[in-house]
Amino acid sequence: MAELMLREAILQTLFSEMERDENVVVLGEDIVGGMGTDGGPEAIGGIWGTSTGLYDKFGGDRVIDTPISESAIIGAAGGLGLTGKRPVAEIMFADFLGVCMDQIWNQMAKFRYMFGGKTECPAVVRMIYGAGLNAAAQHSQAPHGILTSMPGLKVVMPSTPADAKGLLSTAIRDQDPVIFLEHKALYAEKGEVPEGDYTIPFGHARLAHAGEDVTIVAAGLMVKFATKAAKTLSEQGIGCDVIDLRTTSPLDEEAILDSVENTGRLVVVDESPPRCGLATDIVSLVTNKAYASLKAPPEMVTSPHTPVPFARELEKAYLPSPDKIADAVQRTLAWK
Amino acid sequence: MQISEDALKQAYRQMKTIRMFEERLHDEIMTGEIAGFTHLYAGQEAVAVGVCEHLDYNDTIASTHRGHGHCIAKGCDVKGMMLEIYGRANGICKGKGGSMHIADIEKGMLGANGIVGGGPPIVVGAALAAKLYGDGRLAVAFSGDGACNQGTTFEAMNLAVVTNAPAIFAFENNHYSEHTGVSYAVGSEDIAGRAESFGMKAWRVDGCDFFKVYETMGEVVDHVRAGKGPAAVEFDTERFFGHFEGDPQNYRGEGEIARIRKERDCITIFREHAAKKKLVSKKDLDAIDKEVSDLIDKSVEESRAAAPPTAEDVLTDVYIDYI
Ligand SMILES: Cc1ncc(C[n+]2csc(CCOP(=O)(O)OP(=O)(O)O)c2C)c(N)n1
Repeated sequence: MAELMLREAILQTLFSEMERDENVVVLGEDIVGGMGTDGGPEAIGGIWGTSTGLYDKFGGDRVIDTPISESAIIGAAGGLGLTGKRPVAEIMFADFLGVCMDQIWNQMAKFRYMFGGKTECPAVVRMIYGAGLNAAAQHSQAPHGILTSMPGLKVVMPSTPADAKGLLSTAIRDQDPVIFLEHKALYAEKGEVPEGDYTIPFGHARLAHAGEDVTIVAAGLMVKFATKAAKTLSEQGIGCDVIDLRTTSPLDEEAILDSVENTGRLVVVDESPPRCGLATDIVSLVTNKAYASLKAPPEMVTSPHTPVPFARELEKAYLPSPDKIADAVQRTLAWK
Repeated sequence: MQISEDALKQAYRQMKTIRMFEERLHDEIMTGEIAGFTHLYAGQEAVAVGVCEHLDYNDTIASTHRGHGHCIAKGCDVKGMMLEIYGRANGICKGKGGSMHIADIEKGMLGANGIVGGGPPIVVGAALAAKLYGDGRLAVAFSGDGACNQGTTFEAMNLAVVTNAPAIFAFENNHYSEHTGVSYAVGSEDIAGRAESFGMKAWRVDGCDFFKVYETMGEVVDHVRAGKGPAAVEFDTERFFGHFEGDPQNYRGEGEIARIRKERDCITIFREHAAKKKLVSKKDLDAIDKEVSDLIDKSVEESRAAAPPTAEDVLTDVYIDYI
């Protein structure tokens, strides 16, 4: 196995999936970087370094650098998907979802159902999300809750390089629209990545850390924070299961419920605001289906109900942290 | 078009303030003290200043992610802006917005914008309000050549035309959207022509020459204030720095930046024109340089020393009481 950064795992997977299936097409703003300039195509190779070299290898018909037109990008991905291609569209910052909401929500997500199940739209939309770079309110959001609430979409949030590969391969081979959320603060995260063909089925959570006392549920960057908290707590003799959801739609209910039935305590960590979000969703799942196992009220560690602030001090206060997670774990243990 | 010596000095002061603000930021960002993404406007000063010279605080503008120049030209407090970019509690937006979201409604500055194409629809609203006030106010949307490909910009232009809103669409064509050239990304390459096709009058002008910008904007503003409908202007301009600070710029041509700095610097062009036509003395301009340089030094010093916001500040300003 090779050790790769998460961003490298994404790039390699795009390479190998494009090689494997000639129907795979990628499109997005500045994904080639340098089109129409003296430096020429590939001068930059994509803003995030997740598409470098694809244009040189596969050419402009399959690697489509687009103008700044998110609605057209997502609409085109929907159209490509409906007509036999496997588009992988990139939305440079997940916040730009706001600009192309209709094409995702009313079009792509609803084709299969509205058309009586006879239509498939195998489109992947990669979105780069999350806070941590002081990019402020319009470049830092985590919209997985909004997307998860939309029937018709599958929503994926890898937290390790290996999962990024396995889940992206699955996403590209899936017959439905998949939103694939890559956290910008995880791009440089390193880890062993299996070589060769490697897929991870959707709806199967990963146990990132094992323990007997408290269940912590998280996704994306929050898995890293939760695991850090779990490690610190284990030094104090407190055991935590950290469940990495991997996909929020479909959701691995069984993994969550099994763990809570064992520990009796739940802490849900979510980067996005608390109202009508992932954390409330998981808490309601557990209180509905595993109420009798609970020894303490579930805790939610989320960002506050505010937009994402800019200043370092403010963003730090905004984001959940390993310390805040550990405190929440302690509260569930102290509850009487 | 006539312009008084005082107005010329003020225009120069603003152009120079933008330039020094930006060059200083370029240096300060290297120290690692400034967080987040910063997009520098240097090179395009003649556009912001030449446009805003024709506006007062009742007129509104909406800016882009590259907003420092528009903010300064519209009269935003320079120290407050620097404090904001440093993420300080007494910044113009209390450290909550940063470089990409500077706004000052009292000055008619409706905000820089992190969303490309976010501004034009807002400007149509401001222009419709201006129409209701009935006192000749107008609203200007600054957009790049990249933003003219966004559906929001198209919708805004059409809505402005059909409602006869006093809106001006100011397109700053600096030939790049991030790392992509205008020849690749803009189908017709004729941005003013696009605006015309929506049914409004449009102008094209060299955006590196303040005097040309000023003169053209005079015509545009007269047209719009006279109630003859929205208008558009395409400015041919240059971006001296990268798309954002940290951009390696290897998509730019060999010697391109040195060439545009030599041949297309709006500040040099201003000084040469002013000298040739004997409009403002070199001594006066040099004095302005000194004054601006002191202001920027002080802004940076104060920003460095200023206190950051505290964790509790995260929770304020979420629900706003409109006064
Ligand atoms: C809706 C949206 N899409 C993409 C981006 C990313 N982005 C920021 S600036 C930019 C380029 C804008 O180019 P242009 O409009 O020409 O303005 P310039 O940078 O040249 O001033 C892009 C693609 C964004 N901020 N918002």
